[in-house]
Amino acid sequence: MTEGYNFAYLDEQTKRMIRRALLKAVAIPGHQVPFGSREMPLPYGWGTGGIQVTASILGSADVLKVIDQGADDTTNAVSIRRFFAKTAGVATTTHTADATVIQTRHRIPEKTLRDDQIIVYQVPQPEPLFRLESSRVETRRMHGLADYGLMHVKLYEDVARFGQISISYDYPVLVNQRYLMSPSPIPAFDNPKMDRMPALQLFGAGREKRIYAIPPWTEVRSLDFDDHPFRAINAPEPCGLCGATDSYLDEVITDDHGGRLFVCSDTDHCAERRSAGHIGKDGFAEAAE
Amino acid sequence: MTLLRARGLSLRFKTIRALDDVAVDLWPGEVLAIVGESGSGKTTLLNVLSGRIAPDAGTVWYTDPEGEEHDVHAMPAPALRTLHRSDWGFVHQDPRQNLRMNVSAGGNVGERLMARGARHYGNIRAEAIDWLTQVEIDANRVDDLPRTFSGGMLQRLQIARTLVTHPRLVFMDEPTGGLDVSVQARLLDLIRTLVARLGIAAVLVTHDIAVARLLAHRIAVMQRGRVVETGLTDQVLDDPQHAYTQLLVSSVLQA
Amino acid sequence: MTTMLRTEGLAKTFTLHLRGGMQLPVLSGIDLTVSASECVVLSGPSGAGKSTLMRSLYGNYRAEAGKIWVRHHGETIDIAAAEPRIVLAVRRETLGYVSQFLRVVPRVSTLDIVADELITRGVPQDEARERAGALLLRLNIPRRLHAIPPATFSGGEQQRVNLARGFIAAHPILLLDEPTASLDADNRAVVIAMVNEAKARGTAIVAICHDAEVRDAIADRLFPLSPTREAA
Repeated sequence: MTEGYNFAYLDEQTKRMIRRALLKAVAIPGHQVPFGSREMPLPYGWGTGGIQVTASILGSADVLKVIDQGADDTTNAVSIRRFFAKTAGVATTTHTADATVIQTRHRIPEKTLRDDQIIVYQVPQPEPLFRLESSRVETRRMHGLADYGLMHVKLYEDVARFGQISISYDYPVLVNQRYLMSPSPIPAFDNPKMDRMPALQLFGAGREKRIYAIPPWTEVRSLDFDDHPFRAINAPEPCGLCGATDSYLDEVITDDHGGRLFVCSDTDHCAERRSAGHIGKDGFAEAAE
Repeated sequence: MTLLRARGLSLRFKTIRALDDVAVDLWPGEVLAIVGESGSGKTTLLNVLSGRIAPDAGTVWYTDPEGEEHDVHAMPAPALRTLHRSDWGFVHQDPRQNLRMNVSAGGNVGERLMARGARHYGNIRAEAIDWLTQVEIDANRVDDLPRTFSGGMLQRLQIARTLVTHPRLVFMDEPTGGLDVSVQARLLDLIRTLVARLGIAAVLVTHDIAVARLLAHRIAVMQRGRVVETGLTDQVLDDPQHAYTQLLVSSVLQA
Repeated sequence: MTTMLRTEGLAKTFTLHLRGGMQLPVLSGIDLTVSASECVVLSGPSGAGKSTLMRSLYGNYRAEAGKIWVRHHGETIDIAAAEPRIVLAVRRETLGYVSQFLRVVPRVSTLDIVADELITRGVPQDEARERAGALLLRLNIPRRLHAIPPATFSGGEQQRVNLARGFIAAHPILLLDEPTASLDADNRAVVIAMVNEAKARGTAIVAICHDAEVRDAIADRLFPLSPTREAA
């Protein structure tokens, strides 16, 4: 179990500080709350923000799932899951339906989340206006005064230049009709899942020292024009392994003759479909383990 | 009911009296020119009237479309900002200060519309093109960056961007300053027509008396922070009463 | 007959601060009354103050003392004491002025200069331009000049554009400063006819006119002024 560590690694004062920040964030949906990001046993850029949020909300009865670009089995996902197993002793799972807390990097699970679940996003850059306005003082003022002309203009320019809005990930959203928010680098395809999600959505940026949140059932609207509405774009093929047509797909290069395979990015979703008997054109029946 | 009313405005920069007990009245649809030489305080007055600089003493009241009076310097920052983006406009001497130079002409004009909630790209673009035409910029330039525009075109673009939300009151700081004479003439003509047609009230700061005569109904002459004379434009310029006004008028070269 | 314009003790002195505060009294104790359909011609030698009086009536010069009563929309307003926007309203709707010199707005065509007077009074653009064109033709400004700004016109042509602009809006009170100064016989006749038509419409007219022939043709009464002295 947890030898030499406080429950979930962080000391209680830090957890209290982070929970206070979370309360503020939940009270003002989409608003970035600064917090005192701690030194964690992994460098900035590896999910320290998400880990600190998870550490602050985890209880001994929680069941934790960690995914990285939708997969439970990448190095980072495995490492973080092991970290919490070691420091908190909580049960872990790869099944979305069984988890109470889901920490994610850059994807939202395909399965609709429930109101008894919490999803924690790892955020590299919390400021949605980051590329348009380099001054933090200025962006804070813009958020304070709801002065988002700069973003509107960027979208206008996209349509004028490309005929459509060209943002494919980290697509800006307006939360609760007030704050402009970066949903983290999830694909635009995932944005609609955020709208009125029953689960609590928490966002942690460790390096930038910001926390924000979307309470359950909150309106989240992807910015668009009435005559150029937001479209969730996906690869034009079904998953090669399970045949799913409505999940986000990764493109896998299989050889150096141009061969490629489209597979569900959400490994749990794909596995579930396959064990239910759905086989895609590139798939094969699951060998017994 | 006055649109803008100021009383007792005073402001010092260290030992310099930039404004000394200045009063201003502006009625709807009226153009007031504030003329004076360098250091007269005219630009400072414009900035105080528009809420950009706070005076040491005095008050500026603005009457909104519902007839309610507001103390401009007591308004919360968001309210003043909203005012600047809807009912008010500010035309700077240097158009680059009020334009996004890396955003297309159409985007520049459409921004205020989008800030007000416009969400239909086609309509925003159409209205932007309409305004470009009104300020005599070729509609084909709608997607061009302002970097490619001449000085006169930039100023006209700034005017389009400012007027697109049909403000009731526009502050102008030397709108034709620094432009070639022929370009100035065209711009003045444009301002004159637009202001008259849209019934806009304006406070116009200029050092050029001819501009005041052409555009303004009333004129206020400033010297060292004080308004020395004010009245009907042609009366003040043709029959100046104050010594300084007489000096100013007699100093103008006739072409 | 309705009194349209009446001055009471009007006085005007110029103070030249640039000349050490030298005072130039020009008008003193002027009591002038002009009725509808009446044309009063200001007479007197140069320097008597005729132009000064005319400009004071228009509000272009500020009266030192006295009142200038103008009948505006059935009410009587003292424009010597009125707020600038009232004076502008009176000028727009009641009091017209044809000056000796045409002050041109750059880039605006002759036709538009005249038509604007109607357009600002709410007349639709097409009708305004048609009426403007007709009046210009009547004053012998040929159509080919209508699209050109008048800055390059001769003195006589400019004067006729000025007249067109002054007459077209049919103000109830008209001030005419040397309306025929640069004109030939034909055009003088046109102006005389226009003045008489205006009078027939009920217009009250105050004019300065050195040309004896024209003066006799339009004046109902003379109002003599003498240099720095009261009017007779």
